[in-house]
Amino acid sequence: MLWEALTLQLGYNATLVAIGATLLGLSAGVTGTFLFLRKRALVSDAISHATLPGVCIAFMVMVALGGEGRNLIGLLIGSALSAWVGLLCMNWLTRRTRLAEDAAIGAILSVFFGFGVVLLTVIQTMGVGRQAGLEGFLLGSTAGMLWADAMVIAFGGAATLALVMLIRRPMMLVAFDPEYAAARGLPVARIDLAMMGLVMAVTVVGLKIVGLILIVALLIIPPVTARFWTERSDRVVLIGGLAGGLAGYLGAALSASAPNLPTGPIIVLVSFAFFAVSLLLAPVRGVLAAVLRHARFQRRVHMRQGLLALAQGQTIYEPLTLRLLRRAGLVRADGVPTDKGKARAAKALRDEKRWELVRADQAHEATAALYDGLRDIETVLTRDQIEEIDRRIGGPQGVTA
Amino acid sequence: MTLELAADQGTRITPQDVAHSPLAIRGLTVSYGQKPAVFSVDMTVQPGAMTAIIGPNGAGKSTLLKAALGIVKPLSGQVTVYGKPLDDSRARIAYVPQRASVDWDFPTRVIDVVLMGLYRELGLLGRVRARHIAKAMDCLNRVGMHDFADRQIGQLSGGQQQRVFLARALAQDADLYLLDEPFAGVDAATEKAIIAVLKSLKQAGKTVVVVHHDLATVTDYFDHVFLINTRKVAEGPVDEAFTAETLQATYGGRLATAQIDQISRALG
Repeated sequence: MLWEALTLQLGYNATLVAIGATLLGLSAGVTGTFLFLRKRALVSDAISHATLPGVCIAFMVMVALGGEGRNLIGLLIGSALSAWVGLLCMNWLTRRTRLAEDAAIGAILSVFFGFGVVLLTVIQTMGVGRQAGLEGFLLGSTAGMLWADAMVIAFGGAATLALVMLIRRPMMLVAFDPEYAAARGLPVARIDLAMMGLVMAVTVVGLKIVGLILIVALLIIPPVTARFWTERSDRVVLIGGLAGGLAGYLGAALSASAPNLPTGPIIVLVSFAFFAVSLLLAPVRGVLAAVLRHARFQRRVHMRQGLLALAQGQTIYEPLTLRLLRRAGLVRADGVPTDKGKARAAKALRDEKRWELVRADQAHEATAALYDGLRDIETVLTRDQIEEIDRRIGGPQGVTA
Repeated sequence: MTLELAADQGTRITPQDVAHSPLAIRGLTVSYGQKPAVFSVDMTVQPGAMTAIIGPNGAGKSTLLKAALGIVKPLSGQVTVYGKPLDDSRARIAYVPQRASVDWDFPTRVIDVVLMGLYRELGLLGRVRARHIAKAMDCLNRVGMHDFADRQIGQLSGGQQQRVFLARALAQDADLYLLDEPFAGVDAATEKAIIAVLKSLKQAGKTVVVVHHDLATVTDYFDHVFLINTRKVAEGPVDEAFTAETLQATYGGRLATAQIDQISRALG
């Protein structure tokens, strides 16, 4: 069943949903990366909640005009308008009053959402059996998705993605160093507004599939996931997009593979699974890597300090140091250094002197920056360079391991 | 007192000076809330000179620079760059912000930061080509950071971060360089490297303006000074405007008499 879902063989509706969710995840991941790097991720939460009054008002207007209240394009235009109003209000509160952005986010989010819920209730009492499941926009509802709906989502997602790629350079410059960007004459406030406008577009496009409450997860989790894997901003964008797209696709397929599984929440959970794996297993920034790195570093520190203590004839009391030295065959069980231990200790002492010179020498700056008190000098300097430094140290030559 | 000093020190500024000045500021007032940080300041930067902006903490040094660049919106005042409005001369200005103003855990490499200096050349969609990389590497070389091109910026020391910022400014090929506290909290090697680059810029006929806090090095590094404590106190060549009297007026009681004596002696 899952295999059929993954290969898009579960029928028309499931295929439409999978394609739509993939594109939505891709554009949300890419757009969200800029928001995340600008450190304004939560703005998306306010924007998404501000869509609800617009959806309801659009529905009422379309019904009042005698049209079909459920027209997706009409509803999305309505949601975009009210999200834009919410966005401008929040911008105004942050820039023109002393309110901090988090307070502005809270205010806009709750007021707009509350107003939307009131309108939703009013619509439900309007009766006529046409209220069309507007509450589906809260958490997404893909059951009755039409070809036209899928097209709206696909085109909306693709257009947003294209616009993001068009202004990625100024957005990245503003995210890293807004003052420098302003000094170069970039319209920082307008670039920020454009970025949030694009976030709004993703939100509106995603209303049908994941709904307004969960869209924030698709905007934030993929970039955060991507950040674990790379130190380059362009790759964060790329990986964020891929993680989002894949989560959309897998989530849609999973939810189609069993009856009564909601699409939006499943997509979010898949996205979270990627995040959890990255958090634990990412090679440099992951938790496991950090723990291992710390343990390894600690062992190296003890080893080094042990060797230096041996070289200077000091007694070692630290149990971990003794255990490490013994295991490496550098001291005997009674703590007396072996011949190998003596040689290594002498070398450690000499390396200390070498490093001292390297660190004092401007010509070796890039090398000196690698100094952590532990690194073997052979791993960063050539034999000739070391010989040159040894000549400067003077004293007995040829101390090697 | 302060106004008289300012009038004494400035050799008379003519409209021609303003037209030729790389950076001319008139009546600039900036205020955060009700308390002005910079009040009615005039400044005329001499072309081809190295000017230090000096004053106590909170005297509005950085604010003056930021307002001149339009980063902070002034309450009033006028800024011209090479005789033209700021926005017509953006390409001729390079700005080096304070190191602490950005997040150094941002996912980017040293070379990428320098490439930001080529923003105008690259445009919105232009590809980063070999010649752009070569230019960025050359700028890194000038600040002694070429070996660091591929490192993540978070791995750099404070001094190295500062030099990367300077390299980014160099990549712009500007005529006027504005630096905000480039020597704050950097190692001696970095200070030497930065001052060497700034002097080479001066030699090439560029104009350099530096917000500076170390009074002891002013006479060694700079040929012009601009003393400010919310209001302008003095402006001019170091030997005229950087005196015990102007320092006293700038710092008031905050500068120990011993310090002033020491500087006076250094000035001869």
